[in-house]
Amino acid sequence: MISRWTLSLSILAIAAIAGCGKQANPPGTLGNTGTTGVTINGAGATFPYPIYAKWADKYNQLTGVKVNYQSIGSGGGVQQIKAGTVDFGASDAPLKSDELDKADLLQFPMVMGGVVPVVNVKGIAPGCLQLTSDILAGIYLGTIKKWNDPAVVKENPGVTLPDKDITVVSRADGSGTTWIFTNYLDATSKDWHAKVGFGKSVNWPVGIRGKGNEGVAAYVQRLDGTIGYVEYAYASQNKMSYVKLRNKAGKYVAPSIESFQAAAAGADWAKAPGFYVVLTNQPGEKSWPISGATYIIVHRKTDKPEIAKATLDFFNWSYTHGTDMAKELDYVPMPEGVVKLVTEKWKSDLTANGKPVWE
Amino acid sequence: MAVDARQPNSESAGSRKQKSPANMLFRALGAVCCGAILLLMAGILLELLSNSQMSIRTFGWRFLTSAAWDPVVSKFGALSSIYGTIVSTLIALVVAVPMSLVVALFLVELAPKKLAGVFGTAIELLAAIPSIIYGMWGLFVFAPFMADHIQPALQRWFGAGPLFSGPPMGIGMLTAGMILALMILPFISSVMRDVLQMVPPVIKESAYGLGATTWEVTKDVSIPYGLRGMMGAIFLGLGRAIGETMAVTFVIGNDHKLATSLFASGNTIASTLANEFTEASEPLYLSSLVELGLALFLITAVFQIIAQLWLRYADRNGGAR
Repeated sequence: MISRWTLSLSILAIAAIAGCGKQANPPGTLGNTGTTGVTINGAGATFPYPIYAKWADKYNQLTGVKVNYQSIGSGGGVQQIKAGTVDFGASDAPLKSDELDKADLLQFPMVMGGVVPVVNVKGIAPGCLQLTSDILAGIYLGTIKKWNDPAVVKENPGVTLPDKDITVVSRADGSGTTWIFTNYLDATSKDWHAKVGFGKSVNWPVGIRGKGNEGVAAYVQRLDGTIGYVEYAYASQNKMSYVKLRNKAGKYVAPSIESFQAAAAGADWAKAPGFYVVLTNQPGEKSWPISGATYIIVHRKTDKPEIAKATLDFFNWSYTHGTDMAKELDYVPMPEGVVKLVTEKWKSDLTANGKPVWE
Repeated sequence: MAVDARQPNSESAGSRKQKSPANMLFRALGAVCCGAILLLMAGILLELLSNSQMSIRTFGWRFLTSAAWDPVVSKFGALSSIYGTIVSTLIALVVAVPMSLVVALFLVELAPKKLAGVFGTAIELLAAIPSIIYGMWGLFVFAPFMADHIQPALQRWFGAGPLFSGPPMGIGMLTAGMILALMILPFISSVMRDVLQMVPPVIKESAYGLGATTWEVTKDVSIPYGLRGMMGAIFLGLGRAIGETMAVTFVIGNDHKLATSLFASGNTIASTLANEFTEASEPLYLSSLVELGLALFLITAVFQIIAQLWLRYADRNGGAR
């Protein structure tokens, strides 16, 4: 008897839940027409997720347009936009222009970030250690093993360096941060290019690996004699001991929003097909040598003009009104010149049902 | 005595109600659920096989014997991941099984009733902690503790040797195994406790009546009686340890190199997938990661088969009741 009672009770309960489920979705919330009800779906890179989410939230408050961004990773973002399941994809590493052409995609840089080497060496304050790209490559290759290696000492007159082994920390997970960092080493060091190369994850010759910025930071902050690399936002918010780097012009620079923007301004965006610009080792006296843009990818031709227009509206608003929000989160807004190039590209390249989307 | 409720002679009672519609319904429901599980397993296996075709064709058996892992030049080998998976799981079992047994014995045989309830609940609460918390705690609290105290002590007592060589950094295979041990302890111990509680008091009391000590009763009566259930508990723990992802990823060091030292960084199949799957865009890279998943699937299956065979062997030899 009891079992039958409980059975029927649970059936009732299930029915009740199902009923509630239906009621929770009153007609009209989905499939709303008009711009206020438009929902834009995007997916991809994790690095820009905080700023995309913030922009989306603010934009929703102002216009009612809903932007769903899922940070599933750059690889996933590229696959999703190719498959057409999202309205825009996002990737930390730019796609090559032939790959873009094959799938008829357009990519443009949305926001920038920098990568900062951080160290934990007893007695050395933030910004006091100066390194060149050769030294950095030597450390990550394992050829420079001690902090008082002559090469390091030579670049740091007046700094007392300990006779201590260097513990090298890198990212365990595939990430755009690693892509930018290894791209820098690859571009500046022949040895690195021959032995390792660059990518979102590489076969590191030496050292230990932490998961995510927080993993790298935890090892660096805890172990004496370590060097690692993290996103600028992470280094600045956690007040980590950053390193000054010598840029292409031969000047030592500290990582800052200005020095990242200097690198972006020095780059030749106009001539790069598909905006494939890697912001490592850029010319310019004030340029920080390890920065990079994160990209948005959209279809060149769509059959959904409203969605395409709404998507571009959102990005245009982010370019023009989102710069302060970006800086608050330690992201670097794109320079105005680059934004102009991007919007011109929208005009010439994007069509919906054969008509231009952006005018 | 509250023994009768669990006695296994419910078959005759069951046959009486065999034909009632509710029973039929439940039977059908059960069959559908079990069938769905089988289908799901087959589906997962097929999906893994089809998505790893490219990697299987490119690398062949070398995938399993090579420890090279270089995404830049698209060279992949699973050896270091398989090694790490097995070693970290073994460490976890070596630490967790004896501890769980002791905990379960304490709760059932030795602890006062009230205390046993409190302890039991506390242990079960451990199982409810999300694995990311274990990972973060492992990275920020446990790894420094290992580096400062346990690892230097191990080196002092046993010498560096092949197992404990290298700088004590606190992360690596040993720490991962310890965290895993902590995570599977509640599963193993609570099942073991239930198993020990099911030993009929009549049997135990007869043993006590013959003058056996608590230890002798445990060793010769309780453990043999519950052996099958305890093995089940251990395999439950093993299953959880072998596929654990987040907690391991944070403390294992994530290095694709083979090292005998337990202090060295390593990786497991699950940690590699967690680290690299999201950003893997090359088809061969993705395919190799799926093949890693396939390897994990097969390793788990092999462990299960070994367990079944071992149990059958134990049954034949009268180890279990």
